[in-house]
Amino acid sequence: MEHFLLQLFIFLTAATIAVPAAKKLGLGSVLGYLIAGIIIGPYVLSLIGDIEEVMHFTEFGVVMMLFLVGLELKPSLLWQMRVPILGMGGLQVVLTTIAIAAPALFFLNWQQSLAIGMILALSSTAIVLQTLREKGLMDTPPGRSVFSVLLFQDLAVIPMLALLPLLATGAAHGDGHHGGGLFDIQALPTYLRILVTLLAIGFIFVLGKYGSRPIFRAIAATRVREIFVAAALALVVGISLLMTVVGLSPALGTFLAGVVLANSEYRHELESDIEPFKGLLLGIFFISIGASLNFSLIGNEIALISGLVIGLIAIKSLILYLVGLIFKMAQKERRLLTVALAQGGEFAFVLFQLSKTNGVLTDELIDPLISAVAISMFLAPLLFILHEKILDRDSAPEEQGDSDVIDRSGHKVILAGFGRLGTDLGRLLISAGIRPVILDHDASNVDVLRRFGFEVYYGDVTRLDLLEAAGAGDAELLIITIGNVDKARALVTLCQKHYPHLQIALSSADRAAAYEFIDMGITVIKRETFDSALALGCDVLQLLGMPTYEAHRLTRLFRRKDEEMLPELHKIFKSDRDHYVSMYQKHNAELEELMLLDTNVDMEEIERAWTAGNPEE
Amino acid sequence: MKKILILFAHPAIARSTMNRAMKEAVAGLDGVTIHDLYSSYPDFYIDVGYEQRLCEEHDVIIFQHPFYWYSTPSIIKEWLDLVLQHGWAYGSEGRALEGKHYCHALTAGGDDTTYRGQGANLFTIGELLAPYRATANLCRLRWLPPFAVLGIHRGLPDQLIRSHASNYRRVVTALRDEQLDLQTVSDAAYLNSNLSSVIRQP
Repeated sequence: MEHFLLQLFIFLTAATIAVPAAKKLGLGSVLGYLIAGIIIGPYVLSLIGDIEEVMHFTEFGVVMMLFLVGLELKPSLLWQMRVPILGMGGLQVVLTTIAIAAPALFFLNWQQSLAIGMILALSSTAIVLQTLREKGLMDTPPGRSVFSVLLFQDLAVIPMLALLPLLATGAAHGDGHHGGGLFDIQALPTYLRILVTLLAIGFIFVLGKYGSRPIFRAIAATRVREIFVAAALALVVGISLLMTVVGLSPALGTFLAGVVLANSEYRHELESDIEPFKGLLLGIFFISIGASLNFSLIGNEIALISGLVIGLIAIKSLILYLVGLIFKMAQKERRLLTVALAQGGEFAFVLFQLSKTNGVLTDELIDPLISAVAISMFLAPLLFILHEKILDRDSAPEEQGDSDVIDRSGHKVILAGFGRLGTDLGRLLISAGIRPVILDHDASNVDVLRRFGFEVYYGDVTRLDLLEAAGAGDAELLIITIGNVDKARALVTLCQKHYPHLQIALSSADRAAAYEFIDMGITVIKRETFDSALALGCDVLQLLGMPTYEAHRLTRLFRRKDEEMLPELHKIFKSDRDHYVSMYQKHNAELEELMLLDTNVDMEEIERAWTAGNPEE
Repeated sequence: MKKILILFAHPAIARSTMNRAMKEAVAGLDGVTIHDLYSSYPDFYIDVGYEQRLCEEHDVIIFQHPFYWYSTPSIIKEWLDLVLQHGWAYGSEGRALEGKHYCHALTAGGDDTTYRGQGANLFTIGELLAPYRATANLCRLRWLPPFAVLGIHRGLPDQLIRSHASNYRRVVTALRDEQLDLQTVSDAAYLNSNLSSVIRQP
């Protein structure tokens, strides 16, 4: 236990020091982790023990990351991306495999060449996605292309896992068994194996689509947060286990689960619960990659390994450039695609290991290749930086798209609170083509509203991680319609601290609350009941015989006068605040002030209207 | 019998005497629809479909209003801007209003002598209504001179108010019953210049 804690302490401390330092130098967090790994690794400080074990365990971060990526990809969006995924991704994997296997044929037999070609065709999902996220490139067209290729690569791992044992020429070292230990799927006949696999995928689908909702609702009703976290983790871990048992990639399984849950109201809650675990695991995974760099081998075989690294990056980027050309990508996008995926991936470690146990490749072949892959992964963030520098240099303005068409759906708006007021407000926005991300804390309320087709998510808005998951980082507007003043105040404070760019519009329960928000610097404030009071009053005036148009004008005049009086009353309220003992007295005193001002409202304006005198007079 | 639509526009009906008297004089007449624009659309949000249906259902359209700044109250401009759509009111396909009669029934502060080239207002009422006449022309409406009650800025004696109101009722009824001599009246400055000579007895 003590040993474990010590190791953990070393990893965490290394990350805490290296990542901020790397960020400060503009290197990005991935590079920071990798450097931290090298430093605590066996060749510098030699602080850590079994790196391979750690790497194996923290690979789970990749699984979690794909779950999170899936959560952000609705099925409809995934369907839209089918052409780049199958086309670009397929082309990249096939061409790269051929381009690497062909020269290898000069030195190795065809089975070994093919194995190496396939394994090296894969890129690093972990490093690339993390870097794209950090640079805000995920939602851009080239970012989508990069993601499509990565997704296909993750899919391609499955047939590769099946294919590698068939390429064996030497004697198998292990027994080739890599099931989860629950039962061995390899023992089943082929048709049953396919059936079990399909059943597993079907199970994920049904669980995500129908089973998850009642479970999450029941958990949400308990309002015990860690149980929700536990359930979210159990979901991801459980699906990974299931996938491993049926011989599929856990990353792919959780990705699928993420996609199925992307439409769920618990999406943001899940996101914010899994995110920190993913971040930490992935960080430690990167550290272990850095630590696994075998410097003595690299030192001995410097020529061979640097040749391999250069060859790997050159071949991969060439093929990517070609794929970009074939799919008619713009020059800038093509360049990003070329740079982003020109490295080996973490799956290479797994697959090399597998090919060794199956007797496809030998240690002498694998060791320099693993080093080359690790170095190329280390270089990947550096290539991104290089790419940015080049882009900065010739940032020729590219032709702009149709800027005339204003896509209102592009507005990012968060609506906090979907009660009586929030509902109508949300309806208005949706009718204007703006689809807000709606957050509400009442699970049964969320459930009902979703049945009516609102995009509502469950969660406590005053939690920073949920706000983050809802997209507060790049949202432009937050609307607060929470009746509870304390909650609303907490939310405003939180946003002003963490998202100073975020505009805030809110409804306040009453006048006193409005004053508070004015003090906090909010300018768009509507009092919850004021407008309906005036609307009802306008109708009443008409019932009493006042002509419709005059009633409307009088109401509007009253509203304007009231709004003009607000700052003045605010001042009085502030200076007198200490004199009033109870809320009740405060309310009464304020009412008195109001009435006094009302009698002075200048109604002459109405009187003067349309009583034209004759110019001759 | 023709159907008559009176589009009534007075923003401060509570302070009006002449317009109110005229409106009351035609209220409840068979075949006459009075549609109060300011009370229907206090927020100026005009229901275009409804207005177009109303127009289609009637044969004569009358704008009744006080003469503000040599023109109509603003809601009538809003009405024209929104209701007279291309393809409905005008354009090669826009024939919804074709052949319908159209006129203004207006009240003005200055009297007839001020609405002349040499008068205080420089132009005649007919000249000042030119934009409306051109609009009517574009929409293939048949223009009639305005029913005008002038010189009301000091207020009129009750008797005169009653007589104007009853004349208004006579003109509207005659239009409805097709007893108005449209040939003669279209040469007159006002519909009510000489009522007995333009209204045929049944």
